Amino acid sequence: MIDKRFESAAAAVTDLPDGATVMIGGFGEAGSPIELIHALIDQGAKDLTVVSNNTGSGRVGLAALIAQGRVRKMICSFPRTANSMVFPELYRAGRIELELVPQGTLAERIRCGGAGIPAFYTPTSVDTPLAEGKETRVFGDRTYVLEHAIKADFSLVKCKRADRYGNLTYNRTARNFGPIMCAAAEIAIVQAADIVELGSIDPECVVTPGIFVKRVVHVPDPAHESRLVAEGRSYP
Amino acid sequence: MSRENDQPAGWTRLQMAERAALDIPDGSYVNLGIGIPELVAQFVPPGREFIYHTENGLLGMGPTPPAGQEDVELINAGKKYVSAIPGACFFHHADSFAMIRGRHIDVCVLGAMQISREGDLANWSTGEPGAIPAVGGAMDLVLGAKRILVITEHTTKSLEPKIVERCTYPLTGKRVVNAIYTNLAVIDVAPQGLAVRELAPGIDFETVQRHTGTRLLPTR
Repeated sequence: MIDKRFESAAAAVTDLPDGATVMIGGFGEAGSPIELIHALIDQGAKDLTVVSNNTGSGRVGLAALIAQGRVRKMICSFPRTANSMVFPELYRAGRIELELVPQGTLAERIRCGGAGIPAFYTPTSVDTPLAEGKETRVFGDRTYVLEHAIKADFSLVKCKRADRYGNLTYNRTARNFGPIMCAAAEIAIVQAADIVELGSIDPECVVTPGIFVKRVVHVPDPAHESRLVAEGRSYP
Repeated sequence: MSRENDQPAGWTRLQMAERAALDIPDGSYVNLGIGIPELVAQFVPPGREFIYHTENGLLGMGPTPPAGQEDVELINAGKKYVSAIPGACFFHHADSFAMIRGRHIDVCVLGAMQISREGDLANWSTGEPGAIPAVGGAMDLVLGAKRILVITEHTTKSLEPKIVERCTYPLTGKRVVNAIYTNLAVIDVAPQGLAVRELAPGIDFETVQRHTGTRLLPTR
């Protein structure tokens, strides 16, 4: 019998080791798997490389993981946003590494990681500082830069609905990096607001096929990052 | 009358956005950057239909929802609450940037720190030490969208020209801008140089030239 459900976020993250590469879904707070991130904070893994579009806000979720000094390196496209204070402070102090990647290149590197493509050429960033030192090649009359795929040991993703096979649907723009991060990780851990019977997600409407998902955790009423930040909350 | 050291008024921000919207053809798929470009959505010319793309995963972005109806998971690239129009669709980031990089987006409207005579754009970093670099989707958009319109004040707050011979800030993309909409003028990036297509009311060519860091070609 295939049953990918885990009883809790804590149980789902126990084997995530020090030094792991972890993809964390979300664009701003939309799709940010706060409960899984908080479980990872409790679990204690350190020296992590985190791949996520942003660096979190306030002192909860991803920002809290960074504030705990558990992240060695961030790979992201936009590390500063309104209410992000943790990352800028550590970055200026030289206590965290940053690999800045254009957003579309970040998405495609993750997609390729899950699709068995080791590298690809893209026109994005040619003639800019972000292409410096990278291999280039001319196709037709245009120059392209070689970018390498990113794979992860673990992904933490938030979705709306899941079944025990790990088939997923998302909520609106919270989908963002979820599908490609599930595919690019050895072990994709997903928190779902609803867990439903097999067959209740229309096969025509499955967004992430269950083959890309290893673990599913039921988080029925996920926290909203902006509300926690507005309330001045911090984790732990 | 403006004094020598003041930036002349010309168009307001809303008028700049309205002027740019006039140049977007009916049926266009349009991506709007953060800031003044967002205002373009308020000025769809009568008889035209645009579909707005936001790179975090929505085609068919609609206006800000009424208070109390916001969904923290329905936002735009600037992380502001938006709505989805009937006929909208959601997709993941790799698909969203395939729309961009694959040249399916007709028009992208962006802000700028500097634009060069050849249409180079700098809008992501001042390159200052200690600044936190952040790029987002700007580099993908300038390379991928079929037409790049820039809306910007003609000069910085300290009256330095933003339209220059060569950008001194790190580039977002080289030779990517097609047209510039400032408070003073509409300027096309043409093969022969920067061509002033239209002047704001009460603004003459010499005034625009005086606030520009490179040679402009006069209004025809």
